[in-house]
Amino acid sequence: MSANRSTELELAGQVIELVRRLGGPGAQADAVVTRADLALTRFANSAIHQNVAESSVGVRLRLHVDGRTAAGSGSVVTADGLRALVERTLAAARLCPPDPGWPGLTPPTPTPDAPPVDEATAHAEPDQRADRVGAFVAAAGGLSTAGYCRTAHRSSAFANSAGHTAYGRSVEAAMDGIARRDGADGVARRCADRLSDLDGAELGAQAAAKAQAAADPAELPPGRYEVVFEPAAVADLLQNLSWYGFNGKRYAERQSFAEPGAAQFDSTVTLVDDPLGASGLPFDAEGTARRALTLVEAGTTRALAHDRRTAVEAGAESTGHAVAGGATWGPMARNLRLSGAAAGPASAVGRSTTGGAAGAVVDADTAALVAGVRRGLLVTDLWYTRVLDPKSLVVTGLTRNGVWLIEDGTVVRAVRDLRFTESYPRALGPGAVLGLGTRAVRQPDRVDGAWWAAPSLRLASWHFTGGASG
Amino acid sequence: MTEFDAATAAVQAALDAGARYADARVMHRRYESMTARNGDVEELTQDESIGLGVRALVGASWGFYAVPDLSDAAARDAGRRATRTAMASARVPGPPVDLVAVEAVTASWASGCQIDPLGVPLSDKGDLLVGATRTMAEHGADLAEGLYQIWDTAKWFVSSEGHRIDQRIRECGGGISATSIGDGETQRRSWPSYRGQYGTTGWELVESLDLAAHAAQIAEESRALLTAPLCPAGETDLILGGEQLALQIHESVGHAIELDRILGWEAAFAGTSWLDLAQLGSLRYGSELMNITIDPTIPGALGSFGFDDEGSPAVKRDAVRDGRWVGVLAGRDSAAMASLDYGGSVRADGWARLPMVRMTNVGLEPGPHTLEEIIAATDDGVLMDLNRSWSIDDKRLNFQFGCEVGWEIKKGRRGRMLRNPTYTGIGPLFWRSMDMLSGETVSWGTPNCGKGQPGQVGHTGHPAAPARFRNVRVGVSA
Repeated sequence: MSANRSTELELAGQVIELVRRLGGPGAQADAVVTRADLALTRFANSAIHQNVAESSVGVRLRLHVDGRTAAGSGSVVTADGLRALVERTLAAARLCPPDPGWPGLTPPTPTPDAPPVDEATAHAEPDQRADRVGAFVAAAGGLSTAGYCRTAHRSSAFANSAGHTAYGRSVEAAMDGIARRDGADGVARRCADRLSDLDGAELGAQAAAKAQAAADPAELPPGRYEVVFEPAAVADLLQNLSWYGFNGKRYAERQSFAEPGAAQFDSTVTLVDDPLGASGLPFDAEGTARRALTLVEAGTTRALAHDRRTAVEAGAESTGHAVAGGATWGPMARNLRLSGAAAGPASAVGRSTTGGAAGAVVDADTAALVAGVRRGLLVTDLWYTRVLDPKSLVVTGLTRNGVWLIEDGTVVRAVRDLRFTESYPRALGPGAVLGLGTRAVRQPDRVDGAWWAAPSLRLASWHFTGGASG
Repeated sequence: MTEFDAATAAVQAALDAGARYADARVMHRRYESMTARNGDVEELTQDESIGLGVRALVGASWGFYAVPDLSDAAARDAGRRATRTAMASARVPGPPVDLVAVEAVTASWASGCQIDPLGVPLSDKGDLLVGATRTMAEHGADLAEGLYQIWDTAKWFVSSEGHRIDQRIRECGGGISATSIGDGETQRRSWPSYRGQYGTTGWELVESLDLAAHAAQIAEESRALLTAPLCPAGETDLILGGEQLALQIHESVGHAIELDRILGWEAAFAGTSWLDLAQLGSLRYGSELMNITIDPTIPGALGSFGFDDEGSPAVKRDAVRDGRWVGVLAGRDSAAMASLDYGGSVRADGWARLPMVRMTNVGLEPGPHTLEEIIAATDDGVLMDLNRSWSIDDKRLNFQFGCEVGWEIKKGRRGRMLRNPTYTGIGPLFWRSMDMLSGETVSWGTPNCGKGQPGQVGHTGHPAAPARFRNVRVGVSA
């Protein structure tokens, strides 16, 4: 047993024992203890300007006593600190109104083996992140660059008063950077299990090529356009579909578009939440084992994400998607993968660009999709997307980091950023997906542990409602 | 070992390891929130966190390290690690870093608080939310939700220049919302705003909101919205309520005048700014009615403090005067880089986060009118209020906002309620179109301002009053 494992499990066990002692035999409780070593090296104007690291520990306790529920958390893991946490959470629960929807605790169940963690990433030094940043900057060929390189290592133990325990570790590395030329930006972004899998030079060169291709953009009138979205843009679709659509709480509240069993998406769409498809913790905030969950299969909505509370309400079982604070926000699928096409489009050969736009397309998948477009837009990234109506999932936002006009299968020129207002499920609806790339590329979220993997995607129509100039 | 001792040890260790400047901040924060839904408490959460963050400057490079341990050994180790991290930063170095001068002081400061929010019995707080949400459910809301949040933060700041400052900031607030669900869409009404109202104050703020008294009305309005006519599409005169104008200020002025954005430090994530420092003092940002101040001294507003997280004292400054851009939100290093002589707007959302440029209270000075006078002076337009959605481009120019509710304005009178009101525009063009401004100012608190990597949540305040804007595009839909 590693030092981390024994320490975190011991602390979680101490919390549960304190609940038994102070709350009586009827008290039900679960506790999660997580140690985290998080570091992020940030650069701007082609220099490291912020370089941060933290080594923290957190304890989260949820308890149910005399029919009432409360949650507490803290960073003080001394004997006195743990006792104070239990005492104040017990006091809070006793003052709360009854909780008739309490779903009970996760019973003792085996948790799956999590993927192995890369120790080098877990213990990465600031020099290693700085060197990747340096490589990114150098590869940008004199363009101004900005972004980050980060590593994350979590060691987490779960225990509850029903006798269930679980332990896991996760590591993650991510790099996200832009290159800038005359105010036009190009981006490259990756999430990986190992820092060594991140190639700063490759990413810097890709961002620079896109920035060069984004120069001198033209203004385009708003309207409906066929689009090819790169994986960074598709990641935004997946995140919003997950948070607002496949969320079991929102479904129970009738705020979700999701209708299990209905063919709501194009037949090419298969969405799987796959938390252990990359380094990740093998259990959720309630200790439930995590596993792959197919949310959409060949266009038909198959499942929703549940925690124990929403599962009881739906007459289902928890799918292992409980998150801290989930009573309010609901369960979240945070590791969503849009499956790529089994075989690439027939025209999937080479890059399809011309003149100054030659660096706009960075991979063969995207090139193949672009080649099939008579007139449309190549979109790299979406930005500041906000939901106008959760049930129809109408979202507004802007393009960012490069948009190009496609004519007759060729990227012909850069265009200025555009604002859109679009219903995400409608845009992915039956008949709306005209093509998928073959390879899902993993994109980091703003926080470690969440990621979105997608290939490039060609959609029949996207509603651009205004130019960024007015 | 006191909190000051820990911070001092961290700073000294950083200097011993080679830093030319260091500061350290111990923070002890207690947080409590409760949500209620349809007459039941949904979630009660309490958190207590204490730790130390130390910042070290080596040459032209910064490093930061944070630990939840205030022992002498842990504090010194954190100081050394911060310095080592700064040395790693030097592998990709930037321009020289200077810090604008700030007087080193020994000081204490505390925000005002009449009723300790953590001292109010949980049962009383629960009864408040349960009662209000039950009333909303009884008046037709499908989802009746209520929320309060409380932060009680103590900070101890030490710098290698001699600062020794402790502060206690108590913040709280809350609100309610009613959602009605129809075929294919939802409608929501809130009181007093989407997430509620917040300030650096005690529980008296929540009591003053009188949530129960407004529950029935917003529930009925949310249901009525389901069948209200859609906001028409086109250009028209737009009257914004104060709560929505507060967010307009936040997004299209507050973020745009952040000096770190202007300097490109947020380029990859939060974005840059359309503002060019060469135009500071001369650029026309808006109409002559537009007077925006940066004022962390407003008693009770959510962006108030005694000293920022670099030890700079709270000072009121102009950001826009008579429509002309004259000031920025700055920190000591960004100000020096821009050849400005002030900082004072740097904060971190916890001990584990690097202090960075954040809004304090960025607000619009009042005008001469009342909302009713503005309506009476409007022949044809739309009144919108309470934010529902917000989106703005990475240079803070093109925005689109959705509001919970609109009202038709015809011949100086408020008419029918309108559904799904949205408006869009370009920041400076929009602000130049402001031609009437009310004096009914409220300092709206925004407790959820996201910025930075790793992500930080900032608390900001925005004094705002209703105003009129001419010829604005409204009614954008999918």
